[in-house]
Amino acid sequence: MMIAVGSGGRGDARRAASSYRRREKYLWFVLPAVVVIVAVIVFPWIFTVFMSLHDWQVASPRTWVGLDNYANLLSDERFRAAIGRTFIYTLLAVVFPVVIGTAAAILFHREFPLRGFLRSIYILPMVATPVAIALVWTMMFHPQLGVLNYLLTRVGLPPSLWVYSPQTVIPSLVLVETWQWTPLVMLIVLGGLATLPIEPLESAVVDGASAWQILRDITLPLILPFIMVAVVLRTIDALKAFDTIFTITQGGPGTASETINIYLYLQAFSFFRIGHASAVVMVFFVIIVACSLSLLVLRQRMRWT
Amino acid sequence: MDVAVSTWPRSRTSPWVGRRRATLRRLGFWLALLILLSPVVFVFLWMLSLSLKPDVENTAYPPIFIPRHPTLDNFQEVFTKSPFGQYTLNSLVVATVSTALSLLVGVPAGYGIAKARAYGLAAFVLISRMTPGLSFLIPWFILFRYLGLNNTLWALIITHLVIGLPITIWVMMGFFEDLHPELEEAALVDGAGIWAAFRDVALPLARPGMIVAAILAFIFSWNNFIFAVVLAGRETRTLPVAVFNVLTFEQLAWGALAAAALIVTLPVLILTAFVQRQIIVGMTAGGIKG
Repeated sequence: MMIAVGSGGRGDARRAASSYRRREKYLWFVLPAVVVIVAVIVFPWIFTVFMSLHDWQVASPRTWVGLDNYANLLSDERFRAAIGRTFIYTLLAVVFPVVIGTAAAILFHREFPLRGFLRSIYILPMVATPVAIALVWTMMFHPQLGVLNYLLTRVGLPPSLWVYSPQTVIPSLVLVETWQWTPLVMLIVLGGLATLPIEPLESAVVDGASAWQILRDITLPLILPFIMVAVVLRTIDALKAFDTIFTITQGGPGTASETINIYLYLQAFSFFRIGHASAVVMVFFVIIVACSLSLLVLRQRMRWT
Repeated sequence: MDVAVSTWPRSRTSPWVGRRRATLRRLGFWLALLILLSPVVFVFLWMLSLSLKPDVENTAYPPIFIPRHPTLDNFQEVFTKSPFGQYTLNSLVVATVSTALSLLVGVPAGYGIAKARAYGLAAFVLISRMTPGLSFLIPWFILFRYLGLNNTLWALIITHLVIGLPITIWVMMGFFEDLHPELEEAALVDGAGIWAAFRDVALPLARPGMIVAAILAFIFSWNNFIFAVVLAGRETRTLPVAVFNVLTFEQLAWGALAAAALIVTLPVLILTAFVQRQIIVGMTAGGIKG
């Protein structure tokens, strides 16, 4: 092994074979992780498939029902509504953080006094405990005593019912999500800005381009791959958002904020319909993978053109 | 970038107009920054303000922003009304042990993947990040009941590996890829085995990466709500679950609610103040969140 590495002049084939053998040896390092992953991740996946094919309630005998759980899902109005809601929530919870986060990154990319300090304040929401943050927002959303309605009326706007009305609950929850996760988008795009080559900008300045033209025609196209990374990550996270929605509304009022994840929780751990909930998991997983893959393909296309 | 923004007015307009425009521009910049930062600062300050006021002031309208009679009663109430000390300890044990186990298993795995270029395994890590946490919970719930592990801290520690392990593997994989292989090669030439080369050469160099992975794994385990809300019993609750229960029982005791929220999140915020560089490196490298 070590000889193959140390001395030159041997046949390429032998060296390749030995380096292959060494690559194999390195897989031993991965083995403990594979064991853990199989136990806590792969096994649950397989078990979920198994459960989804059974009529399985806690504390009653299970029976094989084939694809019945999936067929029932298709005709389940509440589930279909949850899917629609999840897509609306996801769309809003991607667009707002990405737009604001990109703007924030452009601001933070400049040199200014206290930059490091202000940036560390700005990233605090994304490390704060979501449940704790959701709790504070719940108090701020209170229609009569909440500070948000006070601030609205102070600037002459009508008060809102926030999470207490079916019409405003989704936008209100998106507001919390945006508050918490815009900093992550900012950091990703800021990382992209740091890698930009300086030459195109310099020549644009020499040519007399305005700051806005430079931003639109040079900077934004160059950081687009990073913005797309942020879009993919935000999409995955928004699709599976749970903590803030569950803490603030638990799907209410009525079912007005019941996304797939909340629906899944209620089916599994309030009604204990294990087989049904497992089928929901499978469909949910397919939706998430399909969304992320199509976004990744889109990103590749954009890179090539 | 800075060159571009700061030099252009001078090139086309007279110096005087240019200076005035630059001042306006700077004003606009700081205004934008103010708009960006004020919601962030406001929510945290409001949480602090609520936690320090008696409930008479908390439910007053118009709201009282600066406490007139600041008090620590809310914090005392949180700790006497429910075993928050115990819950804090639970959170600490779960986050610490699961982070340690994640590093123990994940650091060698990251090394192995980087060296063997086994990116199929890396893709696997990515898929497990896409999977919603709830989808693991149904099988776990049944399995742990079968094994009698429900209501034990072990159930939580094992499940929190799902948070810590992918983060660790992802961060360490990137870190070991960037490490120059010459030193290990030299050790191998000198007759060391690959295990010794890993332990004595690569591992000490990888300490910054391990710190990044440990911090992220700890924070996301500490913040995790979904696993503990299903799997924890009365004695094994972690802080986020405890805070959620305060919410369901005390709708309008805002002082205690805010105090509980602050107790949960303050350790993370303080930690962030000290290690924000590592957090930024880790979050942008993997973009991974629990």
